[in-house]
Formats: sequence, structure tokens, C-alpha cells
Amino acid sequence: MSTATLLPPLTKKDFQSDQEIRWCPGCGDYAILSAVQSVFPELGIPREKFVVISGIGCSSRFPYYMNTFGFHTIHGRAPAVATGLKVAHPDLEVWVVTGDGDSLSIGGNHTIHMLRRNVGLKVLMFNNRIYGLTKGQFSPTSEIGKKTKSTPFGTTDRPFNPLALAIGAGATFVARSVDVFQQHLKDTLKKSAAHKGSAYIEILQNCNIFNDHAWETLTEKDARTEHIVQLEHGKPLIFGKNRDKGIRMRGFDFEIVTLGNGSGASENDLLVHDAQNPNPAYAFGLAHMEELPGFPTPIGILRSWENVPRYEDLISSQIRDIQAKRGKGDLAKMLHAGDTWEVRA
Amino acid sequence: MSTTLAPSRVRTREKLDQAVIRFCGDSGDGMQITGSQFTNTVALYGNDLATLPDYPAEIRAPAGTLPGVSGFQVHFSSHDVYTPGDAVDALIAMNPAALKTNLADLKPNGILIVNVDDFGETDLRKAHMTVSPLEDHSLDGYRLFPVELTKLTRAALKDLGLDAKSVDRCKNFFALGMCYWLYNRSMDTTLRWIEDKFKSKPALVNANRTAMQAGYSYCEATEAFQVTYEIPPAKLAPGVYRNISGNAALAMGFVAASQKAGLPLFLGSYPITPASDILHELSTYKDFGVITFQAEDEIAAITSAIGAAYGGALGLTTTSGPGMALKTEALGLAVAVELPLVICDVQRGGPSTGLPTKTEQADLLQALFGRNSEAPIPVLAPATPGDCFWIALEASRIAIKYMVPVIILSDGYLANGAEPWHIPSLAELPEIPVHFETNPTDFRPYRRDPQTLARPWAIPGTPGLEHRIGGIEKQDVTGNVNYEPLNHERMVRLRAEKVAGIVQDVPDAVAAGDPSGDLLIVGWGSTHGPITAAVRAQRAKGRKIGHVHLRHLNPLPKNLGELLGRYDRVLVPEMNMGQLLMLLRAKYLVDAQGFDKIQGKPFKQSEIERKIEEILAADGRI
Repeated sequence: MSTATLLPPLTKKDFQSDQEIRWCPGCGDYAILSAVQSVFPELGIPREKFVVISGIGCSSRFPYYMNTFGFHTIHGRAPAVATGLKVAHPDLEVWVVTGDGDSLSIGGNHTIHMLRRNVGLKVLMFNNRIYGLTKGQFSPTSEIGKKTKSTPFGTTDRPFNPLALAIGAGATFVARSVDVFQQHLKDTLKKSAAHKGSAYIEILQNCNIFNDHAWETLTEKDARTEHIVQLEHGKPLIFGKNRDKGIRMRGFDFEIVTLGNGSGASENDLLVHDAQNPNPAYAFGLAHMEELPGFPTPIGILRSWENVPRYEDLISSQIRDIQAKRGKGDLAKMLHAGDTWEVRA
Repeated sequence: MSTTLAPSRVRTREKLDQAVIRFCGDSGDGMQITGSQFTNTVALYGNDLATLPDYPAEIRAPAGTLPGVSGFQVHFSSHDVYTPGDAVDALIAMNPAALKTNLADLKPNGILIVNVDDFGETDLRKAHMTVSPLEDHSLDGYRLFPVELTKLTRAALKDLGLDAKSVDRCKNFFALGMCYWLYNRSMDTTLRWIEDKFKSKPALVNANRTAMQAGYSYCEATEAFQVTYEIPPAKLAPGVYRNISGNAALAMGFVAASQKAGLPLFLGSYPITPASDILHELSTYKDFGVITFQAEDEIAAITSAIGAAYGGALGLTTTSGPGMALKTEALGLAVAVELPLVICDVQRGGPSTGLPTKTEQADLLQALFGRNSEAPIPVLAPATPGDCFWIALEASRIAIKYMVPVIILSDGYLANGAEPWHIPSLAELPEIPVHFETNPTDFRPYRRDPQTLARPWAIPGTPGLEHRIGGIEKQDVTGNVNYEPLNHERMVRLRAEKVAGIVQDVPDAVAAGDPSGDLLIVGWGSTHGPITAAVRAQRAKGRKIGHVHLRHLNPLPKNLGELLGRYDRVLVPEMNMGQLLMLLRAKYLVDAQGFDKIQGKPFKQSEIERKIEEILAADGRI
């Protein structure tokens, strides 16, 4: 502690590596990198404790640009590598950087199992709805009918809803942000850093080469207020240019209402966001909201369940309990366990 | 029928130097337990032994059918034992299907104990038999003992108030009791086991004990058995022994390696026959801080172990052939990032799902070459179940010293086979020094140790050593991403040189038997037993034969080429289509010949002896 206080506080620069960044000019990844490099020094964690682990894809080059420990692994397997590291070394701050192809196609299995175990990993899933590094094939989040290099007549694949998938897998922290919303992105990263278990953050990211304008309706200055609802814990769901629209529950369904001016609805009628809502259907409904005609896309923290034990803690405490009960393992005793016999000279 | 009880009387006790017995029955008949119990008893008595469990892949094929037959063979002796035995002296067959599938291995005039209660019309039909072999004189060449095992067990347990199903499940212990009487063995070891196994179910302790004692008394009382047998203890080297299977030995070896290295052991594994027992065993050693991670698939199993190794643990993954295939890409990653890792492939019959419960040695070329591009990995193979312990230590030591993934090739026969094992003292275990880099001054993640070419192990959490690694080609020394042509060639050659350089730690090959002569037999893995037995028998007949058994398959011992040249002929018996043979021919330009057996079963001593004689006869040496 005493030495830590003597050291100058870390800055964004401390987290920039000396490697030349090789993303395309205009790529949304730059903004995400900048946000992460800004947030890490604010977390009060020594730099050597950070590990950034990635799979394969444009997003997965991320570790090379972070001046932390970094591991660029193989396609889809980052959650599994990170799980092994976190279980063996629970005091590390391990972040996984992945994309829609890496996390939801080839790595789908590891993603859901990491989430159900609630390993203490932060997962940044850059969703650009396209395969960038392989030059423009559709991804598991591409909209049905999309024409790409591998689907000249349009895809016939129904896409995944990434957050609904994460919630279905039992994720304890699920959030969404957007590459160009720097402040929102930083806030979301900070909150996810404070979460103990698995945090799954979908970051809507623009690939200006192969899928430009994918999120335009959400990011255009004039349109965004109409098409996005920001979730804030304990606050009602309000959106619109003049903050004149709200969302309320009607039975099991969401309903958009107009606020004020004698329209009949007031803020008191609206759905108040509860990220800790224990009802699994709540966050699941939010994840699917954007698919309802006329509804905005929620950004922010959909779910934050804090009381689910972390996987690595369960493993460590089981080992501690057994060692407390049996004592630490004794090699000679192990070798001689069970039936033995002696042959005399 | 010999069910009438007669007063106890004096029998002949015949002294033998060895015996092979096989229990066989339906998968639900408890033959593996029966065999293991008999094994433990003879082991504790001091016999040398080898076992061959043989069970179907199906958990419970329909009862009484041919695919449902499960067997367990024990060879025990008053001298050294190398194989489970070619032919069987005593066969215990619990039903017609078991009799039909196992009779061919029974020696002429061998003892045949049959449960006649399970030889009804339906039982025969399930085994595709129309006439009972008990009635058509087809068993005349054997010493047949038809026993009403089911009825006698029921009679013995009738007052215990157990349900019919539980009572019938005890008949294997009736048969076991008979065998203990027949071979003059005490029931004490098994009685202790029964008490421990069923300690929460006293009714079952009582039932199994009663059934076993009833079997023993039945032999004592009935006139049918006139002779009992005695096999005196073997003259093993002095020391403390235990019985051990290959999988249990591997598990203990890895715990020992982690203790010697002072590193936590992390096992990432996905259940697969015949490797799962290593996972089961290691999951009991939590008191040693062992972390067992049952992963979502084979790929997560190895990549999690790579992650743990990156963090400074002893990373291990265990699997069999199909799982090995799935781990291929991750093996390449481990080669590229140069982290220590042990991969244990307990080989089984293939391709694809193949023969999950049967043994084979056909993953050798996969282990050596089964990755994209140039990705050399050291490969080790244990020779016996007990050797699995030492191989686990050796693989871990090499992995850490050279910062390299190491593959162990065990197989189904070693995994499940058992032998008496001389328990080593702790002083006999090799040291496994570990050095984590901590000095940030001029730190370079790919600067190599000049002696071993190993890069530093710089684990996350170490201040000042922040660096990036990955599967993309790296610049020599700095480890930065690099696509330059000459750097790539240099890195490919460095990785190859590093693995080739492990030869400095590989002991020279030493031939057992004749140091030069007419024929050298080269083997690896579980063929050690039958080759050793065959070579001994042939040398006793005056033949000039040597035997080299390779524990290090990559790199090979540096004197191997010279050694091969000291014999007129080289024979390579393998449970594959000649994989080591191909390597030896390619590397040493030696005109070695192969001898392949691909039946899911180990070689018999006699098969190898015949091959030896065939070669020597063709050369006019006999």
C-alpha cells in the first residue's frame, strides 16, 4: 500500500503500447480503444494486474495496442483461455475482447459456458454485424436477407440477438453501448469493471469498409434521441427528442406512451428500470425491445446481478475447505495410500 | 450337477509358478469389480501380475447379449510377469454369451466354471445359440464345473431380507469366493473392501460378504473340486509395493510434478474414454491444490490449460484420439506462444469414434505431425502402467525447462491395465526447477536461454513485464508481430532447434538382451510387456536378439541410429499400420520391417515369438 501511494497515478498514456495500430482509418475500434485506455487508469488497479485476451478478428488485435499483459489467442477461444487464467490466478483483472463472429459463431460455446459459470471476466463484444478481417462475409448478427460476399442473393440466416443470448446463458451483467458515444461507453466500462462476475458488454461498432452505416439510425445526431432509450437504474424509461415518450408495461408487453400535455400518461406510469430485477424475463424483454416496431434500442446496463458467486471463488474456497479439513496434501501419503505390501530382502 | 454338499475332505494342493484367470459375464454382472478384487488380493499376497480389463463401449448393452460381454483377465505368478497372458488357465463364464466370446482363449483341459442357471432357452437365444454347449459335448476338452451360481447365491442370502435384484447382483462375489478357494487365497482384502465400499449400506456389506463366503464354502464342501492351486509370491526387488493402473499412475505423477515444481496443477479436460479416469483421480487431490476444470469441450479443455500455464500454473489436458484431433489448433498456439503444457493422449482404436474401450497405438504420427505448418512437439510414451508415473514427471520437467508443450502417448491397455508398482521414495523424484522472470530491465519476451533456447516465463502480475503474445508470427527476441520472410524462417528453425535440442536430456537407448546380433526389436508404449516376454523366451533358446523400447519418440535418443546398425534385422511391432517403422526408415535409412496388430487388443507373447522365429528361419539362423 505504502509504495502504491508513492507512485504517480496511472494515465491513459501508460496504457498505450508502442505498437503501430493497424485498423482501417475510420474504424470504430479506435474509439473503443481510446475509451478503454481512458478507463483503465481510473480503476485503481496496478497496471501489471491487467490482462487483455482476445480471439481472432479485427477486434482481437486489441491486446497489441494495450500496454498491459496481452494474449492474442485463436478463433473463438478467448473465453476459455481467460477462464483458465482467471481460475489459476483470481487476483488478475482479465478483459476479453471479441467480435460478433468470434464470440457468437466459432466461440459461441465458450461464451455461453463462461457466462453460466460466472467467471470474473469482462467481455467487450464489438458488434459490427459483418466479418471484417476475412473481408465481408455475413456474421451471426447480420440481418436476414443481407447481401454480402458470401451471400450475393441475401442471407437466409436468422441473426442472434447477442444480449438475449447472454441473458439466456445466465449472464449476471449485460450491457450495451456504442463506439461513438464516448462518455456512455466509458461509464459502461467502469460499471462493468465494478461487477464481480462475468460482464458481457455489446459495443455497437461501425465497420466503415464492409458494413458502413450499420448503426446509423442510432448514431446520427438527429435520429439518436428517437431511436435510443438510455437505461438508468431507478429511473423511468424516457426517450425522444423532447423527452416526451415513455415506456410502460401493459400486462407482459411494453407500450410506448406520449408524456404530458394532457395526453393521459405521466412519468409515474412508466416502467422504472431495475437492473437488479430478479425476474429473468425483465432483462430478456429489454434485450428484445429493439425488435418491436417503433421501439427504441435500449443502451446501458440491462442486468446487473451482484449476488451470484464467482466461479474462481467457488473453486478456491472448495480447495481451502478441503485443505482445512484434510490438511495440505502429503506426497508420501498419497503414494502409499490404499493397500500396500512390503517385499523384504 | 455338482450341487450336493459333501463333507470337507483332503484335496491335493498343486504348486504352480503362474496362472491366468478370466472372469467374464454380462456388463451388469460386476466382472470388472470381481477381477479387480482378485487382482488386489494376489498383489497383496506378493505375486507379480498383469491385468487386462476388456469391456464394451455400451454402458449396458441388452443383458445376456454378445455385445454386452465384459471380461477381466489376471495373470499372476511367482516370477516376473510382463503380459496378462496369452491363454487362460481358468475361465469363469456367467452366461452363454460370455462363454461363446471367451472360450477360444481357454487352454485345452483348462478350468471352466459356468453359471448353469443362466443357460436357459432365452439365454441361449440371446447369444445366438440353439443347443446348450453344456449338453452337446463341445466342452469335453475342458475341466467343466457347471455351478448353479444364481440358485446357490439366492439360497445363501435367503434370510437377509434383500430384494431379489440385489440378491442376484451378489453372484459375482459367490464366484469370487470360489476362485479364492481354488487358488488358496484369503478373502480378507476383499472383505475389507466390501466393508468400506458399502459402509453406508450395512445390508449390502452383509450380502456380499455372505455370498463370497458361501462360494468359498461351496468349494470346500462339494466333491467337484479335487485340486487347489498355490502360486507362491514372486521374488520382487525389496521395497513397498502397491497395485497401480496407468491412469492412476499418471494422475499421481502429475500431482508429484506439481509438488516438485512448486506450481499449482491445472487440469482442463473433457470426459472421454479411456482417459476420463485421470480426471476422476485428479479431482480427488484437492488437498494438493489441484484445480480440475471439466470444460465444455475438448478445445476449451486445452485452451483453459494454456491460459493457466500463461498464468504460471502447471497446465495439463487429458484426452483420447478424437479429442486430440479437436485440440490440434490449440496445440499450434502452445507451440507459437512457447508456454509449458502437458497433453496426455490415452490412445484408443480409431479412426473417428472407432473402438472407444479398446487399445491402439495409431496416434503417433498425429502427435508428431498433426498440426498445420511446422509445429514440432516433444512426444513421450510410457512402457508400463507404473511407468506412467515417471513419464508424467518427465513430461512436466521438459515442458517447464524448455517452455514447450509436451505430448504423452499412453493407451487403453496401459490406462486400465494394472501391475504391482514399487513405490518410490520422495528422494527418487526428479527436481523440477522453475524460474519466473521478474527483472524488468531490458526484458524481451522471446529472448532465449542459450542452453535450452527456452524463452522466459513472464507471468501476468509481474510489474514491468507487461508484454503481448499470440499466435501471429513474432519477431525474434522482441516478440512483436512480424511478417518479414527471413524472421519467419528464423523463428520456424528456432522452434525446431529447441525441440531437437531436448535430446541432451534424452538418455541413450540401451538394448535389453544381446547388445548386437541377428535381430533388434524396437517398440514403444504398451507393447513393452509382450516384447519383453517374447525376447526373454527366445533368448532362452539361444537366439541373438536385442530389444529397445523407446520412451522418447521426439526427439529420439541420439545413439539410436548407431544401435540399429548393430543388428542384421530390425523388427518394429506396433498396434498400428507401421508408424514408428515409417519414422525409423525415413530417419535412419534402415531396412526395418513392421509387425502390425490392429485388433484393439495387445500383442500376445506367442505372436511376437512366432514372428521372431519366422524372420530368423528365413535368414537361416534357426
